[in-house]
Amino acid sequence: MMKKRIWGFAATAALVALVAVPASAHRQWMLPSSTVLSGDDVWVTVDAAVSNDLFYFEHQPLRLDAMKAWAPDGTEAAIENKATGRYRSTFDVHLTQKGTWRIASVSDGVMGSYDLNGKTERLPRGTTTANLAERIPAGATNVKTAESNNRNEIFVTVGEPTTTLFKPTGKGIEFIPVTHPNDLIAGETATFQFLLDGKPAEGLPVTVIPGGIRYRDQLGQMDLKTGADGKVEINWTEPGPYWLNVTTPRAERTEGAPPPATPKRRASYVTTLEVLAP
Amino acid sequence: MQLSTPARILGGTIGLGAAFAAPALAANPGTMDVTVNIPRLKVAEYHKPYVAIWVEKAGAKAKTVAVWYDYDMKANEGTKWLRDVRQWWRAAGRSMSFPANGISGATRAPGAHKVSFSRAQLGATAPGAYTLVIEAAREVGGRELLRIPFTWPAKAGAGGRVAGKTELGAVSVAFR
Repeated sequence: MMKKRIWGFAATAALVALVAVPASAHRQWMLPSSTVLSGDDVWVTVDAAVSNDLFYFEHQPLRLDAMKAWAPDGTEAAIENKATGRYRSTFDVHLTQKGTWRIASVSDGVMGSYDLNGKTERLPRGTTTANLAERIPAGATNVKTAESNNRNEIFVTVGEPTTTLFKPTGKGIEFIPVTHPNDLIAGETATFQFLLDGKPAEGLPVTVIPGGIRYRDQLGQMDLKTGADGKVEINWTEPGPYWLNVTTPRAERTEGAPPPATPKRRASYVTTLEVLAP
Repeated sequence: MQLSTPARILGGTIGLGAAFAAPALAANPGTMDVTVNIPRLKVAEYHKPYVAIWVEKAGAKAKTVAVWYDYDMKANEGTKWLRDVRQWWRAAGRSMSFPANGISGATRAPGAHKVSFSRAQLGATAPGAYTLVIEAAREVGGRELLRIPFTWPAKAGAGGRVAGKTELGAVSVAFR
């Protein structure tokens, strides 16, 4: 494991740092106070951080600039009581409707470089497909770009789970429930589908890690891959929160071999799933 | 015992159920009596448990017959913890509205509580194998679930008994 280097990370570490990409070495996560809720006046509090161990805030807070929430009827809801501390961010969402809510931070960007006056320049932070043209100066040559879409989202449900919020936008990696993400029970197998740019995506690496890393020796990571229909089956052995990460495939580089070409298209998906006890 | 009075009123179809059943099924029992023992626990902070009782049948939707919870708090606040009765919440509770007429009732104090359900209340319209499920979840405490299989039509004198270990005492079922 130590000898393998993830090309996407090693080669573009500097760029990655500039764009809000979940870096390989650290894990972005959100952890809601509950995912299955009852009641008439329902709130959820969410912790959001970037750290090694799940789910311990110990490294960096997750920035809330792009954090949004949607009610089951599709209307956007307020992110309330936002605060960003040294190690974590926190916020509340008032769940005023019954059904499944989505809370998400999505960032789209373009990474890349160009040559100008004999020097290689990187595209600045905040470059998107919309402003790419104006960010490349006249006379630039050898323009290399890679589009990235990064989605970090969670779902919480008041009462009966609904699926109104799972209409794909067609951009980046998206989650389609076969099993509803707020209906997960230890001992049962869940099936999820992942789309890349709106189409079922085969061969996407899916990483699933149970929370509570700090108090055990083994990571317990499940390394899975989406099948031909973009689907993946996950067998929940224990209740608890799980971190799930799906990315576009990253070429593994072996020591001494020439680096593979930078992928043109990069996307990542992160969610936290709460598996309840039977 | 005073505390159980509102529950009897809300779930007060005992006499009605018997009246329905008696003329049509004179030879057959029309009522299920359930006796639920809630154990007295020696704990520093005790709250009476939330209890859900429901009926399961293979291939059919679960049917809730009773939910004992803090149903009379202001702004219906007691519903916040209904999801802690977690198997019931998944099987039936999450698709219901509260208070549920004839189903919602107050939490019960430690002791034996007898509740009666008509065949219609149990949703046992088709003959066959059913399971009565009872689940208790206690604030700052634990959770326990018990299952008692029964068949309908039931025979007079038929019944069942299961003993809980932590949050529930003996639960027994009898037909009349």
